[in-house]
Amino acid sequence: MSAAPSSNPSPALFVQDLRKFYGDVRAVDGLNLSVASGECFGLLGPNGAGKTTTIEICEGLLAPDSGRVELLGLAWQHHDRELRQRLGIQLQETQLGEKLTVEETVRLFRSFYARGRTVSDVIGLVQLEEKRTGRVGKLSGGQKQRLALACAIVGDPDLLFLDEPTTGLDPQSRRQLWDLITDFKALGRTIMLTTHYMDEAEILCDRVAIVDHGKVIALGTPLELIGSLGAEHVIEFSLAPDSAPIDGPTLRSIDGVRTARTLAGGYELQVSALHRTVPALLSLLAQRQLELAHLTTHSATLEDVFVSLTGRQLRNE
Amino acid sequence: MSDNSLWQLITVRFKEYTREPEALFWSFGFPILLAIGLGIAFRAKPADVVHVAVANTGPRGKPLADAIRRDSGLAVELLSLDSAATALRTGRVALVVSPGAVDGVEYQYDDTRPDARTARLMVNDAVQRGAGRGDVLPIAEQHVRERGSRYIDFVVPGLLGMTIMGGGIWGLGYSIVDQRRKNLLKRLVATPMSRAEYLASYVISRLVMLTIEVVVLLGFSVALFGVPMRGSWLSIAAVIVVSALAFGGFGLLIASRSKTIEGVSGLMNLSMLPMWVLSGVFFSSENFPRAVQPFIKALPLTATNDALRANMLRGEALVTLWPQLAVLATWMIVCFAIALKIFRWR
Repeated sequence: MSAAPSSNPSPALFVQDLRKFYGDVRAVDGLNLSVASGECFGLLGPNGAGKTTTIEICEGLLAPDSGRVELLGLAWQHHDRELRQRLGIQLQETQLGEKLTVEETVRLFRSFYARGRTVSDVIGLVQLEEKRTGRVGKLSGGQKQRLALACAIVGDPDLLFLDEPTTGLDPQSRRQLWDLITDFKALGRTIMLTTHYMDEAEILCDRVAIVDHGKVIALGTPLELIGSLGAEHVIEFSLAPDSAPIDGPTLRSIDGVRTARTLAGGYELQVSALHRTVPALLSLLAQRQLELAHLTTHSATLEDVFVSLTGRQLRNE
Repeated sequence: MSDNSLWQLITVRFKEYTREPEALFWSFGFPILLAIGLGIAFRAKPADVVHVAVANTGPRGKPLADAIRRDSGLAVELLSLDSAATALRTGRVALVVSPGAVDGVEYQYDDTRPDARTARLMVNDAVQRGAGRGDVLPIAEQHVRERGSRYIDFVVPGLLGMTIMGGGIWGLGYSIVDQRRKNLLKRLVATPMSRAEYLASYVISRLVMLTIEVVVLLGFSVALFGVPMRGSWLSIAAVIVVSALAFGGFGLLIASRSKTIEGVSGLMNLSMLPMWVLSGVFFSSENFPRAVQPFIKALPLTATNDALRANMLRGEALVTLWPQLAVLATWMIVCFAIALKIFRWR
């Protein structure tokens, strides 16, 4: 057994030309990734983009059709036992035993690892002390998700996988979970997470890979990706019913507009300078005697990056 | 000790089990209630009185009825010809006696009914004695009411076999599929947990639970009904353990692929129902045609029930039970081997 040297310059996670087909469906279709040690890396994409398949292959729960996966310099084929000890995993949907208490659940998971944190430590970390003797079945959605995180980090993993850690949670629970993940990151451990929430990726991730149809279509820090739009703001507007449509070239000729597209029932402009574009747009509409039904602006996000790359909305749940 | 993963898995099994009141009822309450019900229904009671009618067609009716009444095992009614015919047709009486005009009697009864044939023998004996017939040979009677030959003695080993089967198949099958359905199995496999320990925790906790179930059911049956335990405790324990492992393997095999409770419930009922009927739980499997006997004998529940009855009722030694033990061992090995090969760990 060749143990990996501790000062390994190789990435914490390395994925090369990964493929997994289900019949005609190309769930993962030539995906490449490299996650550095200590990095929090996000796989971002719509439902069905291949995120979960990818992460489950990395977790050793699914076998790829082809491609190479290396974790902490080790491969599943040869170092299954060692990898299991060094990984922390949270699956997308797991219902932990409802009849057990929080403490019993964490103690069970702790017993599988040769070393790790103490049970009370982990329960404290995920802020479930008050629920220590409470049944799992009685926990709220956010508390269950925190318990799942506790089970994932109880072995003190070098590499933590989180599959959609905050899906379905209320905003407060999501923020609480983000704080916990940020704390874990501060310990210098590597995290790989999947999400279809843009704000989550922007807040948590050092780098993001945008995945669509089983491939990485963009890669970089959230700021780099947003910067690649060349536009810092987005204007969305729609006209009163029965108004004459405005064509693309006209919109793109407005001062400061980088891209313009027609969305269902309205228009979306990516602009570099809001203060110049908004007055110009309003005067164009006045000149054509068109009436606004609605107008909003926001700072460009990863969502806009995805729309600009694929022409589709990301969160069309 | 408390940090050991096998120990943790086993204690978790127990906690989940004991925190499920319904499960406790089905494994402890149900067999006992069944035994009580059957014990009451088939309790030892004095031999039934046979009801017969005498047709009151003339002066000979009354003396004939009096002659028959001397046998305490017969209840006689003196009825008109019409009422007697109705009573016979509706089964209220087993036999109608009609006096002849001068002498002689006529019996009307259904010769395919055992109780009617008994009535015929008893009535005829009473009538002939009344007319002056005596015994040619002296007779002596001795009444033997042996423990072990009652219905309750037959059915308790059957209920025990059924408990072992249900515990093995439900205990393993249901909860494994439930964990798979909830993605919990996949989550556990994502940890360094040993898969062998996972399965062992089921088998071990099953055996411990079963020990309690067996002690409760047998203790109850012996204390309340005096069901005999003629075989050695060691051999009945061996039979129960081998049987429990066979049904454990069976349950594991049934649970090896299913992802839904509906799917696995169907498989469980499909496999248990024939054995409830065929394997001699409530009535002897000898009632089925000779041609299907080899098939019935190869069922694990038949082997269990036969071995339990041989031990409890006849006190047979373990070595004489080798055919049943061989059947059970074969089921155990084949089921475990296939189950482990095709088991879906996610």
